[in-house]
Amino acid sequence: MDYEAIGLKAGIEIHQQLDTAEKLFCHCPTRLRDISERDGEFFRYLRATESELGEIDRAAQEEMKQVRRFSYYAYDTTCLVENDEEPPAPLNPEALMVCLTIAKMMGATPIEQVHVMRKLVIDGSNTSGFQRTALIALNGRIPAGARIETLCLEEEAAQRIHDSTFSLDRLGIPLVEITTAPDMRTPEQVKEVAAYIGMLLRSTGRVKRGIGTIRQDVNISIAGGARVEIKGVQELDLIDEVVRREVVRQQQLLLIRDELSARGAVADPAPIPVGDLFKETKSAILKKAPCILAIRLRGFAGLVGREIQPGRRLGSEMSDYAKKCGVGGIFHTDELPAYGVTEEEVSRLRTLSGADDADCVVIVAGSRQKAECAVLQVVRRAQYALDGVPEETRKMLEGGSTAYMRPLPGAARMYPETDVLPVTVTRECRDSLVVPELLTDKTGRFSATYGFDEQLARQLAYSDRLPLFERAVAEGVKPMLAARTLLATLRELKRDGVDTGALGDDCLLSVLGKVESGDLAKEAIPDVLREVASGTGVEAAVERIAPPITSDELVSIIRAILTEREEFVRERGMGALGPLMGVVMEEVRGRVDGRQISEILKNELASML
Amino acid sequence: MCCTYAGTELTGTYITSRGDHAVVKLENGYNIGVPAASIVCTGAAPAVTPAVSPVEQNPDLPGVAIISTGGTIASRIDYRTGAVTSQFSADDILRAIPGLAEIASFRAHQLATILSENMHSGLWQDIARCIYDEIRRGAEGVIVTHGTDTMSFSAAAVSFMLETPVPVIFVGSQRSADRPSSDNVMNALCSAQAAISNLGEVAVVMHASTSDDCCWIHRGTRVRKMHTSRRNAFRSIGMSPIGTVEYPSLEVSLGPAAVLRGSTEPALMDRLDDRVGLLSFYPGMDASVISAYEGFHGLVISGTGLGHVSADSIRTLSGLIRDGTNVVMTSQCLNGRVCDRVYDTGRDLLAAGVIEGEDMLPEAALMKLMWVLGTTDDPDEVTRLMQTNLRGELGRCSPHGL
Ligand SMILES: [Zn+2]
Repeated sequence: MDYEAIGLKAGIEIHQQLDTAEKLFCHCPTRLRDISERDGEFFRYLRATESELGEIDRAAQEEMKQVRRFSYYAYDTTCLVENDEEPPAPLNPEALMVCLTIAKMMGATPIEQVHVMRKLVIDGSNTSGFQRTALIALNGRIPAGARIETLCLEEEAAQRIHDSTFSLDRLGIPLVEITTAPDMRTPEQVKEVAAYIGMLLRSTGRVKRGIGTIRQDVNISIAGGARVEIKGVQELDLIDEVVRREVVRQQQLLLIRDELSARGAVADPAPIPVGDLFKETKSAILKKAPCILAIRLRGFAGLVGREIQPGRRLGSEMSDYAKKCGVGGIFHTDELPAYGVTEEEVSRLRTLSGADDADCVVIVAGSRQKAECAVLQVVRRAQYALDGVPEETRKMLEGGSTAYMRPLPGAARMYPETDVLPVTVTRECRDSLVVPELLTDKTGRFSATYGFDEQLARQLAYSDRLPLFERAVAEGVKPMLAARTLLATLRELKRDGVDTGALGDDCLLSVLGKVESGDLAKEAIPDVLREVASGTGVEAAVERIAPPITSDELVSIIRAILTEREEFVRERGMGALGPLMGVVMEEVRGRVDGRQISEILKNELASML
Repeated sequence: MCCTYAGTELTGTYITSRGDHAVVKLENGYNIGVPAASIVCTGAAPAVTPAVSPVEQNPDLPGVAIISTGGTIASRIDYRTGAVTSQFSADDILRAIPGLAEIASFRAHQLATILSENMHSGLWQDIARCIYDEIRRGAEGVIVTHGTDTMSFSAAAVSFMLETPVPVIFVGSQRSADRPSSDNVMNALCSAQAAISNLGEVAVVMHASTSDDCCWIHRGTRVRKMHTSRRNAFRSIGMSPIGTVEYPSLEVSLGPAAVLRGSTEPALMDRLDDRVGLLSFYPGMDASVISAYEGFHGLVISGTGLGHVSADSIRTLSGLIRDGTNVVMTSQCLNGRVCDRVYDTGRDLLAAGVIEGEDMLPEAALMKLMWVLGTTDDPDEVTRLMQTNLRGELGRCSPHGL
């Protein structure tokens, strides 16, 4: 597809959790917990507050369609700040420094005086009803070809456990939000920029790793379409596919618009009660529903069921809108008879709602209040279809298609967090920040300096054990030994079921140090680490697995072996060296370095001959 | 206005200045502090007139008066400037708290807009008079919105100055009303329901737990703020709460101790003597701290344990009492009863003429002493009144199991 021609514009917003000791506005650790460890639970109602203009933010209003009660799990690692029952602590200086470092790496200009804002969020993911956020820097640039508009420092939201239950362990973890300008023109470019930013963030060594610690939101529009924000793309590998599919969706919606317009289609806003039709139906959902309402969409026949994205139809969009009112979804005549609804029921439905073959009838079922709300939502979405693509916030589904979440938030949703004092970022502070080496540069340096092949260099640079590798090398461990141990050996041990997570940096370093000082043969590393992982101290493990052998002891072991095999030795002469090497190695089981054995063996062999 | 910063022209609204920095609200909603010299005024921000929708009041519902003193039960945010303004008119409150208009019809009085630590005896008298007038005009209940810090002082003061046949409910919020999670809505709805309930005394209605499930109704003379920031900071001390209001059902349940509607005729006794102090004793306290109260008509001591102060302090207190200061002993334990007959120190205090404050809270005893001294200066009568239960502030039996 020629993305230039269709006017694709895309920007990304990256949210990355920072690996700080404490949360952004309280002194709790930034540790995630298992929900079974919770030690408290409470519930609240959130309300949109009226603004000066007498209007409630439209995104907030959308959430208010359902009066919802939110439950929260608390832990012994969360406090009253997460509970929204204590004023926030001052902005975490560690998080600010990490954020300023990232800004410096992107060449962005820091804000001299940082002001923390409250951004209205009433989906329950923030106990307060707002997310604290501060603009830290402006106008950066990255080589991948995108301008960085803003860098913000925000608090992470609570983790949704199910429906309206949230876990507070994640709430308040510092998050850097990086927003690019809508500079990207192809799906591949979006992926490239996202990958570059991800690499840059990891280069700081101060960001959290693992699933959910980085999230990408993508803003996409095409000419004639509308700006759509897709939330929460967690896998980088899918980001280009998400863009491709959104382009397709917008194109399909535009085609549907043209066809609707040609047909003179109208979304008739008057709902028709059709509950009586389904009194004896085989559809369990319809049968038990206290209220069923139908809406006639004139000229929509065939288009509601048309696919606009893999697995998604215009009907899916309407269904998403209706679900905001608490109904399970919708039925429409483009897909009926099905789901227990018979041909006859469909034809009676058409008659009752005055629909002809060109029309599509949509029905919703639920309590009277929910059904009335849902039917209006369907009409709303149908009316948007007449105009083309609505501006929306959407969420990613498996595979890269998306579903409607809420309207794009309006601009008027922030006000100052008066409980947090502004922070002045001085020039000295900015100048003192050390810009870390990019992982891509590190990869190059490892190849050039240590002679690693590119794959090994890259693996190492992106590895969790990178800081340990650098420490080990600084302490005199040979780079190749350190790299092999920290990558290959640990990976093999893990594959064998060894709990390599239990191997602390200090343990690993101490084992490597022993090898380097000659107190341990490198052949014994796996066995020693296996022992250490099961809870033994390094010294004890070495003692048990590979008690050091003095060279005197080694000499006598070798002499004994030679004496035993004197005939063989005499027969083969120096040619016996190779086969005997194996015998000795077996005997000392990795307690001595191979080179030392071969040296002594050679000497002893020579003197015997 | 606009300014050049970070190499680009930024447009925004000037909010205020802070140090050498101008605080600017950018179009993306963020505030930033930029060097004051970098900004250029390009024109005045357009004035915004709030779109105010009228609020329908149902005249068939019970009439309730809302008296505001400065606690923010309702507020409104200007997202353009970020300013949060407290709302006090009946209309504003009804708009900010959906559901209120379905409970009662409201008449609002704004007596003050102060932070509650600036509360004083003159304002307590204004509150009591305003409530009294409203009761005489037929209000079926009165709500007083109040900052939470000193709410229990005001509730106690009004308790003594007023005899009321209708509920007089003090209410506030622990989390500011501008936030979607504020406790203001639930507290306000529960207080309105309590104000039309069968209660007939001065009470405080606030969250009972950290969840939005229930409000407690506390007696005005028995309630204390026991946490700096939690929603359920208010606790009844020395007794159970006198009732509950469930949320969201708003079902009111009154306990056996509650005084019921219509138990008395309205009466106002609004004289307060503010030459009265409250002193918390601590080990090693210099007795001159006590001497500072020379010339005061009354002094409530918050003593240790059963109601003790050091031997040094007793000597000074004794002089103070001789010179005409009425001294009442309460305990910093808050829970339990003062008893100065157990140890020598106590007996010395009694000999010096200290009045045992029984199980009264120090703050309630302070308010009571101000009110008693506003009524009489006869020391025997002061003693008698201070040891007589007037508004449920003092119990003859200390309940177990609390
Ligand atoms: Zn915390």
